[in-house]
Amino acid sequence: MTETLDELARRLAGVLPPGAVITDPVRLRTYECDGLTHHRAVPGIVVLPGSAEQIAAVVKLCGEYGVPFVARGAGTGLSGGALPRTDGVLVVTSKMRRILQIDLANRRAVVEPGVSNLAITEAVREHGYYYAPDPSSQQVCTIGGNVAENSGGAHCLKYGFTVNHVLALEIVTPDGDIVTLDADDPGYDLLGAFVGSEGTLGITTKVTVRLSRTPESVTTLLAAFRDIEQGGQAVSAIIGGGIVPAAIEMMDALAIEAAEAAVACAYPEGAGAVLIVELDGPAAEVAHQFAEVERVCRAVGAFELRTAAGPEERAAIWKGRKSAFAAVGRISPAYIVQDGVVPRTALPEVLAGIDRLSAEHGIRVANVFHAGDGNLHPLVLFDDAEPGAGERAEAVSGRILDLCIEHGGSITGEHGVGVDKSRYMPKMFTDDDLDTMQLVRCAFDPRGLSNPGKVFPTPRLCGEVPGVRRGVHPLVESGRAEQF
Amino acid sequence: MAASHPSGPRDASHGPGAPATAAGDALRATGAAVRDADPGDAVAGVAPRWVASPASTEEVAALMRVSAGYDLAVVPVGGGTKQAWGDPPQRCDLVVGTSSLVLGGGSAVEHSCGDLVARVSAGLPFDVLQSALAASGQELALDGPVPGGTVGGMLATAAAGPRRLRYGTARDLLIGITVVLADGTVARSGGKVVKNVAGYDLGKLFTGSYGTLGIITEAVFRLHPVPPARRWVTTALPAPAAAGESATGFPVGPGALATALAASQAEPSAVELDWLAPSGAPALSVLVEGTAAGDRAETVRGLVGSGRATGVRAEAVRDLAGGGDGPAPGGRVEAVPETAVTRQAPGWWGAPPGEVLLELRIPPSGVDRALSAVAGRGLPARVRGSLASAVLQIALPGEVGAAAFAAFVSGVRADVAPLGGRLTVLAAPAELARLAGRWGPVAALPLMRRVKERFDPGRRMSPGRMAGGL
Ligand SMILES: Cc1cc2nc3c(=O)[nH]c(=O)nc-3n(C[C@H](O)[C@H](O)[C@H](O)COP(=O)(O)OP(=O)(O)OC[C@H]3O[C@@H](n4cnc5c(N)ncnc54)[C@H](O)[C@@H]3O)c2cc1C
Repeated sequence: MTETLDELARRLAGVLPPGAVITDPVRLRTYECDGLTHHRAVPGIVVLPGSAEQIAAVVKLCGEYGVPFVARGAGTGLSGGALPRTDGVLVVTSKMRRILQIDLANRRAVVEPGVSNLAITEAVREHGYYYAPDPSSQQVCTIGGNVAENSGGAHCLKYGFTVNHVLALEIVTPDGDIVTLDADDPGYDLLGAFVGSEGTLGITTKVTVRLSRTPESVTTLLAAFRDIEQGGQAVSAIIGGGIVPAAIEMMDALAIEAAEAAVACAYPEGAGAVLIVELDGPAAEVAHQFAEVERVCRAVGAFELRTAAGPEERAAIWKGRKSAFAAVGRISPAYIVQDGVVPRTALPEVLAGIDRLSAEHGIRVANVFHAGDGNLHPLVLFDDAEPGAGERAEAVSGRILDLCIEHGGSITGEHGVGVDKSRYMPKMFTDDDLDTMQLVRCAFDPRGLSNPGKVFPTPRLCGEVPGVRRGVHPLVESGRAEQF
Repeated sequence: MAASHPSGPRDASHGPGAPATAAGDALRATGAAVRDADPGDAVAGVAPRWVASPASTEEVAALMRVSAGYDLAVVPVGGGTKQAWGDPPQRCDLVVGTSSLVLGGGSAVEHSCGDLVARVSAGLPFDVLQSALAASGQELALDGPVPGGTVGGMLATAAAGPRRLRYGTARDLLIGITVVLADGTVARSGGKVVKNVAGYDLGKLFTGSYGTLGIITEAVFRLHPVPPARRWVTTALPAPAAAGESATGFPVGPGALATALAASQAEPSAVELDWLAPSGAPALSVLVEGTAAGDRAETVRGLVGSGRATGVRAEAVRDLAGGGDGPAPGGRVEAVPETAVTRQAPGWWGAPPGEVLLELRIPPSGVDRALSAVAGRGLPARVRGSLASAVLQIALPGEVGAAAFAAFVSGVRADVAPLGGRLTVLAAPAELARLAGRWGPVAALPLMRRVKERFDPGRRMSPGRMAGGL
């Protein structure tokens, strides 16, 4: 540790409870990466604050020493957003796991940032409510991390993302001020701009979330197709027919094979693609839509349809899909999880493009995707023992993002930019776009201490606000105009 | 960024106060349509010198570069329907009208039907957009409150209507935006896909910005299929008693009933109120959309029936039937069942309740107490809006007078603050709003000010129009 960090650690111990400052190298190492494990850095200092005031004190001290800080929730992020700084402080929210208020009359809950996504739903389920955004990592990932990443889930096609379900945030700004951003405030939607900013605009210390009513009826259907084209046609026909399912997920043959090997999900034999369609809402509506979805699937050639009769069967249908990421570990020693988005109508073309890339480079790609919103999660498989395979896999993975950009899509639908994709930002945005985003950064964090090096490719200095006019306008001063 | 290539002289000899003709010539030289302003072009009473009607984002950028060079204050104007929203600009040299803006290909809408996405020019009137989309059985699931209001104006004022309960507001359906900053920089964020977390969301920042950060020239929205059926379930609740009936004076609390409806699994798209304070009978109308709307409307009717008291005053029945603000034509009282299910919205649905408007936002459980606070002021205030989302508009008579207006605003503000509510003056002439203060306290104002300073350091974009004089 450098002298600065040494001294900072002593000062931090003065504002935090006993045991909340970690400097022991062995313990520091447990925080060296998030879910994207090939980026690693041992943090300079780790702190485990227990309140917004303590986080504000930590941030103020970091400011005093000019030391960068990085927030961390559960560390399940898949873009290296919580990658620590060796010269900085990692602020871990694991001690802030209280549900502060459940307010059913107003359909909202107030929680600390370290509360897991699923814990909210578990706390209100018995009253007939739930928290809608449901990332697959929901058992562990924190609401603070969800806010930072604007996380989605299988059901975001109908219900939207984190940003659509957060009513207010308490944040500690990079200056160490505690500020509330409220959806009901007039003026710039700073709440909306903060959500998805990946920890670069400050640290979330309290979250007010909207609670949703458990739907009256849920129906889950599994349709098996000969190939992925048929599956794609079914998706287009369902959505083109005016139905917005709660979820509509697709897996290709390789992804099915992996899931079968890992969890024996017993999907229909010989399926080149399976589609999971979940409909929810008022019973009368769901019944009507279900009949239509069934008709459409058969019409485009589904050779087997299964409908879940209850929660157990529903879980069985979802099992294969939910385990897909980990499952490919059964059929490949190593893999990269990619996250890209294309307009839904471009799916067939892009999937064909991925096939071509796969053949050209001799790298297998398993496709799992949120078909309704065109969010692809190609799993790029390789053998890390084979020389050069990792590089080829990286190349394929990167080319897939190029394909997404070429088709008017995005380099990330839910996993964020982090350190992993910052180099792709200039392919998706112009310098002017990025510089304008940087203005937001400079307004919140002029010294660039909050999670620096993430999201944006080249760190820029903010400088003083140029020519801010704080007094009266010169025209007024000189008597040539009147102030209203 | 564009700041490095000024298009006009900014030194002492040509700066502010340079002959107006030079700036005017430079504006015209951009190729955009520019004319001298006439008195009708005043924005909230502030007269500009020029009015430009650019046809493209590039023309807007060129105009903004010239404006930067000559230190001109710029106010973007869409349909001009919400000029009384926000404070008057502190200065205004150039009005940039957005109604001639088109997209690259020359049209104002690019509808990707299969993707349920539309790219739209900011100057397009919202109702024109909706009819264009309706041809393909799709819609932008928002309600345009004022006819003629443009997409850009709707974003800049964060205006929304009844269906916010189900679909959220413009910020929830906006997936991409193009803006031109004060120095002429053209910036985009988001894109054409509904799911996208790359980079900061500038669209959010510009929602509710009242033209103070830059000019919105294009927006991309997520669309929804037009629901196959719609039903309105409308009822009249008993008028509040003078005192004693209940804590709030309402025999049946409209807010309480709305909360029950919102919590029901019938999933209404909107629950709206129309009420003339202090003593009118509140009308409540619930929208159900989708397949099986008819069946679901019956469920809602049942819920309403079990939630309300019997005995509806004639006046309320008339309101329901006529659907207007005034007495029904000829004073005829139509026989309307207590709770009607119709295929048409009541006449007042989604329309602003008047010209001088306040907006009340409060956690839903505080709605009934807030309504009785309004009644307690004794003025004939028409309250209309989203009960279940607890965002209500309150219209006061235009002739109310500044002192009474200010007393109403500060009185209701004081009453709702302990309930977690806030009251803003949405639309009012400057004389009325000045004394009352439009915005009330805004916790995040210091951060907003810092954003403004970075985006518009010269304070040339609609200066003073937003909270805190931003
Ligand atoms: C198996 C698996 C499945 C997944 N499935 C999904 C999915 O379906 N959908 C989806 O969207 N994502 C998914 N993810 C990604 C990940 O779970 C989400 O991004 C999640 O929101 C991260 O939460 P976390 O608490 O682990 O955050 P971390 O990984 O700890 O941090 C993520 C980012 O948030 C910042 N951060 C954390 N807490 C705060 C705070 N309090 N204030 C400010 N910034 C903070 C960090 O600095 C970092 O930039 C998945 C991940 C895994 C491993």
